[in-house]
Amino acid sequence: MNSDRRLIRKDSLEKLFKALKQNNKTIIGPALQNGKISYKISNNYSEITSDYIQTTQSSKEIAFPRTEKILAYSKNAEGMSVKGIDIKDIPEIVLWGVRPCDAIGIGELSAIFNWDYKDEIFNNRLSKVTVLGFSCSKADEYCFCTSVGGNPGNTEGSDILFTQLGENGDYLAEILTEKGSLIVSMAEALFERAGKVEKEKFLVDVPVRFNHEDVRNKLTTFFESGEWVQQSLKCLGCGACAYVCPTCACFDIQDEAHGKSGSRVRCWDSCGFSLFTLHTSGHNPREVQSQRWRQRIMHKFSYMPDRLSVFGCTGCGRCSRACPADMNILEHLISIQEATV
Amino acid sequence: MDDLRKRAKELLEASAVKVVIGYENGTENKTRAIFVEKPEDTGKLIFDSRCIMNLASYLTKHEVKNKGKMAVTATLPVMRAIIQLASEFQVNDSNLLVLGITPESKLIEFKDLAEVESFVHKYQIEIDVRNKEMLDKIDKMPASERWNFWIKELAPCFKCYACRAACPMCYCHRCTVDFNQPQWIPVPSHELGNLEWHIMRAVHLAGRCVDCDACYNACPLAIPLNLLTKRMLIDAKEHFGGYQPAIKAEHLMSTYKPDDKENFIL
Amino acid sequence: MTDNIYMPYLMKVERITWEAPGVKTFMLRFLNEEDQDKFNFKAGQFGEYSVYGVGESTFCIASSPTRKGYIECTFRQTGKVTNALAGCEEGSVLGFRGPYGNIFPIDEWKGKNLLFIAGGIALPPMRCVIWNALDLRENFKDITIIYGARSTKDLVYKHELKDWELRKDVKLITTVDPGGESPDWKGEIGFVPTIVEKIAPSSVNTIAIVCGPPVMIKYTFPVLAKLGFSDGNIFTTLENRMKCGFGKCGRCNVGKVYVCKDGPVFTLKQLKELPDEY
Repeated sequence: MNSDRRLIRKDSLEKLFKALKQNNKTIIGPALQNGKISYKISNNYSEITSDYIQTTQSSKEIAFPRTEKILAYSKNAEGMSVKGIDIKDIPEIVLWGVRPCDAIGIGELSAIFNWDYKDEIFNNRLSKVTVLGFSCSKADEYCFCTSVGGNPGNTEGSDILFTQLGENGDYLAEILTEKGSLIVSMAEALFERAGKVEKEKFLVDVPVRFNHEDVRNKLTTFFESGEWVQQSLKCLGCGACAYVCPTCACFDIQDEAHGKSGSRVRCWDSCGFSLFTLHTSGHNPREVQSQRWRQRIMHKFSYMPDRLSVFGCTGCGRCSRACPADMNILEHLISIQEATV
Repeated sequence: MDDLRKRAKELLEASAVKVVIGYENGTENKTRAIFVEKPEDTGKLIFDSRCIMNLASYLTKHEVKNKGKMAVTATLPVMRAIIQLASEFQVNDSNLLVLGITPESKLIEFKDLAEVESFVHKYQIEIDVRNKEMLDKIDKMPASERWNFWIKELAPCFKCYACRAACPMCYCHRCTVDFNQPQWIPVPSHELGNLEWHIMRAVHLAGRCVDCDACYNACPLAIPLNLLTKRMLIDAKEHFGGYQPAIKAEHLMSTYKPDDKENFIL
Repeated sequence: MTDNIYMPYLMKVERITWEAPGVKTFMLRFLNEEDQDKFNFKAGQFGEYSVYGVGESTFCIASSPTRKGYIECTFRQTGKVTNALAGCEEGSVLGFRGPYGNIFPIDEWKGKNLLFIAGGIALPPMRCVIWNALDLRENFKDITIIYGARSTKDLVYKHELKDWELRKDVKLITTVDPGGESPDWKGEIGFVPTIVEKIAPSSVNTIAIVCGPPVMIKYTFPVLAKLGFSDGNIFTTLENRMKCGFGKCGRCNVGKVYVCKDGPVFTLKQLKELPDEY
């Protein structure tokens, strides 16, 4: 469907919020907690903040929660009963205030969960989400969406993309999907006809710092480079980068028993942890942090494009912002591109 | 800062150390660790008030340790951590040289770790006013309110273990949370899993934590988990005498004394 | 909810065989007959076996696809789940997801000699393909099995080793590490690679299938090369840690390959193209 361009007044966003609430939508939007911007269930428009470059965590949790029940079991006199999860239990969600680099990540995540086997738990969750994207008029040193094929006004992954037309200005609303149209239909009057709008004028300029295809090519012969050891010396080996990443999808499966019943859960895991690949025998194929750091970059910039035809990075810069050791992925990608070996 | 660079350069030129661990400028006005191995790179070393990361965390990391003798830029909290690590046989004079930075930001030379210890002992570990107030406030809460406070504060935790990774005292090759026979701590991030993880960590740090706030600074979600270790510091003092890291210390929590108060035993 | 790919079949433990210290074989039957009827697998594939409340563990299907109505698995008691499995009794109900992964291309091996080389607990992944070949015996020429373990008591499938020994159409060589022999041991004494070198099976028109601990594999490959086996005619299975079994959880990713999807069966030629992360 071609995008339908409308105009929504700045003051009307609150009205839209209310209309969605009246239609029993659960709205999740960026809110301030402990000085960090997080996606939270918002009951009032006032809880939502618009003053942020990027949320600390990505929105992936909407479709791929950090901890998620995948089945429940109970043992009884007749034997064992096991049941899956009911899609009816998953609420209809409107994700409000998603940046383009986050929205595009949903597609990358989807590629992982849908190549070969289709992960219906993920797909069902995703089917219940409507994404209201908001273009970027600000960026910081960590942002590099334009180096990985994105841009601050990218519509990909959003159902509606809002672009504020200047500071304190009204918003251009690009209605991009059926789900987006459904949102519009809940508050039709708020969406006016848009005149000719040069959206690009209002977007922040994020300079291109490297070429992701060049990095991909470089990586084909870069596996044995000493650069990995050099880059990862300061890496502390935590999972912060993976957990805030919009496209990191590695997970663990764990059972949790409570007497005779319990559940099996899927929970986030990270290739940065030494335990991730540890065999029961004690053998570890990726024994040191430099190998694990290499895996992170190779997976996103070489293996994923080769296997799934998507890059595993949206340039959101979250991993670098969250890193307690200031491992800056942008810097490292640039140095990989520029390395002579 | 020039003193620091000069000294680092001398040490590397004389091959007295293989690597100087210090701070360099990072992203968005932050600083980060740098591992200088060549004399000509010592110019990248910096020191100022932004240098708050506890570099002692790197001293037990084998990729760093394996380089050979290390010198480290060490502020008071880093020095404290080093002394605690020395008492746990993780660092010693043969593998570590301390380039001390006094609270007045002056470079101070130490012949050995014993001198570092004497220097460290000139200062008491003091919990800062803001956190002290917060701890008092939590203390005064009725039990149920206190419970709810922690449940709410720990709820965002997604178990990235940045707190553990950044803590100089969390050097265990395999942490309790990584064991599954038995599974002491649930792996997933949920109410019980988060609570047990943070309590376990705080308790393992009782009598060892040097109150450097590295865990809090590392937390990408800014969870005030240092309040737990600070609480342990107060409790340890109350029950077992004050804590001051010492190379040949009787460890506060693992040494029984006949006059230990036992009023915590129900 | 449509297909939940994490949902295991419910299986009943029908028979437990004690193989060696800490090693057991479970014969599992589907609780639901419809599941049984739909279920199909091929030699080389694996599954996720679960004890509800404890977790899932990955191992191969050790029985042959030619034997219908049940599957078997053999495991050594080492981790959390295998310990819980070991505690199960006949009649216990387990979960099983699968089959996952690729297969031994046994159809392409028609008319060839097969040389099986296994060490210790790695006979189970091979037992599946051995029985598969034996049940279709006329399709293959000579079948040779070289199997070694640390000691006589560590040899698994002892009763089947007897069967194979007695069969005229199978050449079985068993060996134990020096010092692992019992007084009545009649087999070879020596490490598997040494025995392979000594037996010196012909590489002409022969496929070699090698499964064993990393160190055994490492020293057996050069021996096979010396005997003239090409990398494309040497097969093995990788044992990376896995959780999902279908290329999502990321754990078994090595280079571009997911061991759970593109493996676990690889030729030496394929292995040489992979980074050394297995």
